Amino acid sequence: MEFKLSNKNLRITFFVLLAIALAFFIASQIYRPALAQNPTPTDDEVNRIAHQLYCPVCENTPLDVCPTEACRQWRDLIRQQLSQGWTEDQIKQYFIDQYGVRVVGEPPATGLNWLIYVLPPLIILAGAFILFRALRAWTKSSKASAATGSEIEAPKDEYVARLEEELKKRK
Amino acid sequence: MNEIKETAPRRGVPIWAQIIVWTLLVALLVLVAVGLNRAQQGQVQKGDKINQLTLTLFSGYEYNGANQVKLSDLSGKVVVVNFWASWCKPCEQEAADLEKAWELYKGDGKVVFIGVDYVDTEPEARAYLKKFGITFSNGPDLGTKISQMFRIKGVPETYFIDQNGVLQYVQIGPFTSVADIQSIIDPLLK
Amino acid sequence: MLAEIGYGILVVAFFVALYSVGAAIYGDRKKSAAIVESARRAMLLLWPLITLSAACLIYLLVTNHFEVSFVYEVTSRSMPTYLKITAWWGGQAGSLVFWSWLMSAFASLVTLRKWDRDREFLPWVIVVTSITTAFFIGLAVFYENPFAFMWFDKAGQVVKAMFQPIGTTPVPLPADGNGLNPLLRHPGMIIHPPMLYLGFVSFVIPYAFAMAALITGRTDDRWIRITRRWTLVAWLFLSAGLVLGSRWAYDVLGWGGFWGWDPVEIAALMPWLTGTAFLHSVMIQEKRGMLKHWNMILIILTYALVIFGTFLTRSGVLSSVHAFAQSAIGPAFFAFIGITFITSIALVIYRWPELRGETEMKSMLSREALFLLNNLLFMSILVVCFWGVIFPLISELVTGQKITVGPPFYLRATGPLFAGLMFLMGIAPLSAWGHSTLTTLGRALWKSAVAALVITVILFFTYTKNAIALTGFFLIAFVLLVTLVEFWRATLARMKSQNENFLLALWTLVGRNRRRYGGYVIHVSMMLMAIGILGINVFQIDTQQSLSQGQSISIGDYTLTFNDLKQFPNMVNGQEERYVNRAEISLSENGKFLTVLYPRYDVYPDGQPMTIPGLYSTLKGDVYVILVNWEGSSANLAPFKVFINPLINWLWIGSILFIFGILIAAWPEREAELVTARSQRAHQTSAAD
Repeated sequence: MEFKLSNKNLRITFFVLLAIALAFFIASQIYRPALAQNPTPTDDEVNRIAHQLYCPVCENTPLDVCPTEACRQWRDLIRQQLSQGWTEDQIKQYFIDQYGVRVVGEPPATGLNWLIYVLPPLIILAGAFILFRALRAWTKSSKASAATGSEIEAPKDEYVARLEEELKKRK
Repeated sequence: MNEIKETAPRRGVPIWAQIIVWTLLVALLVLVAVGLNRAQQGQVQKGDKINQLTLTLFSGYEYNGANQVKLSDLSGKVVVVNFWASWCKPCEQEAADLEKAWELYKGDGKVVFIGVDYVDTEPEARAYLKKFGITFSNGPDLGTKISQMFRIKGVPETYFIDQNGVLQYVQIGPFTSVADIQSIIDPLLK
Repeated sequence: MLAEIGYGILVVAFFVALYSVGAAIYGDRKKSAAIVESARRAMLLLWPLITLSAACLIYLLVTNHFEVSFVYEVTSRSMPTYLKITAWWGGQAGSLVFWSWLMSAFASLVTLRKWDRDREFLPWVIVVTSITTAFFIGLAVFYENPFAFMWFDKAGQVVKAMFQPIGTTPVPLPADGNGLNPLLRHPGMIIHPPMLYLGFVSFVIPYAFAMAALITGRTDDRWIRITRRWTLVAWLFLSAGLVLGSRWAYDVLGWGGFWGWDPVEIAALMPWLTGTAFLHSVMIQEKRGMLKHWNMILIILTYALVIFGTFLTRSGVLSSVHAFAQSAIGPAFFAFIGITFITSIALVIYRWPELRGETEMKSMLSREALFLLNNLLFMSILVVCFWGVIFPLISELVTGQKITVGPPFYLRATGPLFAGLMFLMGIAPLSAWGHSTLTTLGRALWKSAVAALVITVILFFTYTKNAIALTGFFLIAFVLLVTLVEFWRATLARMKSQNENFLLALWTLVGRNRRRYGGYVIHVSMMLMAIGILGINVFQIDTQQSLSQGQSISIGDYTLTFNDLKQFPNMVNGQEERYVNRAEISLSENGKFLTVLYPRYDVYPDGQPMTIPGLYSTLKGDVYVILVNWEGSSANLAPFKVFINPLINWLWIGSILFIFGILIAAWPEREAELVTARSQRAHQTSAAD
């Protein structure tokens, strides 16, 4: 079938071209990092990300200072990904997907893991509350007993009292 | 001077507090006991049933064209699960032997070899597979799930699962010869 | 032969320990002083016995008896003799004997004291210390025997056993041993475990007295007075152990820091936290008769954490770089933990009504209230640490997912808590026991606070704009000023009243009030340490670059030029002890040549590497450079990683002062010239020993 350059066809072609151009533009906006090739990432750039990762082979040792062969490979991979323009978050996510959440030093606060961030503050607050209540109860009851007449002399820190006295005396 | 003063009658620990304390203690002990049990267990033991194992495979190392292999689909076959990594020197000792053994068995389809690549990077892993000419199915241990399930202590380790999905033999460390591998597989085929 | 003798003695020691437990309980029930005395003598016999057994072990270690499995594992011919001796605690089996040896030494020391006024405590102190000793000897006797030989079983696997198991053949005598892990050959690592163990072991003594007090029902503060010095000694060793461990990590692990928030490090820190809280809160009980419950709980917690921490690191439950290899002692250890925890808690609950306080709190600003706040903060840090260590275990069991809880979590969670502690260190020493008001406290503090603020403002314009650092520096300056002013004022008073010169006045002042001023010295040292910790955490910078000869790295004010790299084997007795890669780097600051640094990367024959940094240390900070050999290096091109660790040396300076401070506080006190701050009640129960 012959393709006639009719008005209608022209319009469609125009819109299709426009759509393609727009798509390219948007894609280039989204994937700009991917296009902006970073030829040779420095060791520091690699280490900045590696420092936040922990390889399962040498547990609890940050990747940037881990001497094992496995960790060297990981760093090479990070370097490669950086040179392909991956962002820090993309790289970290890649490692989490590949090797599990244990590769990051702070587990993401999802599922059971949020307990790790929530429980200590709760316990500390509870502790503070108990302490505060105990203190208030103590001070109250001592005031009450003071009111009933059994006045108790505040026990002076004798050492401090003596010190102050001597300081005054000799001035 | 301070007078000794009893503002409250002598009271014990309220019962609810006792319950909380004991519960927490028991919880801690149970937790530690389970953790300890796990640490003491070592690898999966001979006779254990291996239920689920799903491995996503490297392209080029698929199983019958599928990019995933499930243990449940392999019942009736002897399955050899080999854990390895490209950074592991001892693994290199056995790599060629494993491939030779696979060549021996791949014909009649009664034995399946699966390589699980432990904490490795894909480019290095591929280079390793190519270097030793490995052709059996291989894939990365995503999220270290499979190695955790087998509770491996290191690489290489190889697990032999029989036709019913029961673990029959565990090899810690590398094989020294093809005959080594055959001597484990052949009795399972009878 | 010697191995059998050593083992035999260990077995005897185990039964002697059990006997002393049994005799002590029986003697107490029968009210027989003679039987208790017999238990005491049995306990005194433990130390000589274990010493003999240890002597056998050391002899085997030094004379290369590689037929003994433990000797084979931790020594080798190329090791110098002193390292062969210290290899005693370089592995699980030997360190258990070492633990028992220290424990029995401390138990003996405490049973040698005069017991006239505390007869009723004696049997129970013997029971607790002997059970603990028996437990550790038992682990060595039944599970991890340091004297075991090696045998081949039928499958050709090596089994360890004292006597030839049926169906095995002896392993031929190995020509050489494996040798101690090179990382453990550092001086810091040789002294660090003994210090830590000493700290752990000496905390058993106050715990034993606390238990004795609970069991006998003599719940006044007698047990605290008896054990006060023990607690300080325990604290001294534990602190020294932690510091030495940090220094070791800084010197040989090659990651530029000293503390990695590793589970094993935290396991050692946790008893230190509760122990420190205990040291503070016992003062309240001594002076004010309050908080008896709390002190019991704290000392039990400290003991529990000592045992629990030891368990976690030795049973393989936690995985960590420091952990001992997995071993069979786990279940026995678990049982011991279960029994001690349950008994302790049950006893506290049983005696709860008798532990009520004697006085009341007067003011929210009194020193006792502030001490309680201090305790709350220490406990909060403990909660964070404990949860961080234990949570990965929970996560793995519940979801099957392994997780890592790393430094960012701990730093963020404990940072504010440590800052709070610093603030308390500033105000608490000036608040009075019993009663303080905002006005009195304010009057005492405002000058120091203003001066600290001025310092902070100066630092803001000259040194840093970092908010965390400035907050930290303000608190440090504040505490230092408050504490130093206290020293100054008291010395002045003495100079005037006694007509002494400044140094003499200061000397006698501290000498006569060792606990108070020892405590202040410790506070000052803490602040110096805080400068170092703040410095490395906030200001550390690092860079990594590969250099050809003649090229340089510029970082901060420094320039490091790569001159040369030498690679050669280091020979000892004609054998290659290690292969050395040693780089030569010249360091200059703002163009001015400073020194030459030699970062090293040594590889031992078993493949174990060791990264030794090149260090240039000043009070301003360290230049810490490592040869990043794992990336591959040659004389032409070598990768280096450089850390600038500002102010870090204040940490080590503070540590030394800190130990000095504890020594002051723990030194036996003679009669006090100025009235020491003991309450009347304390006088009635007479002076503490």
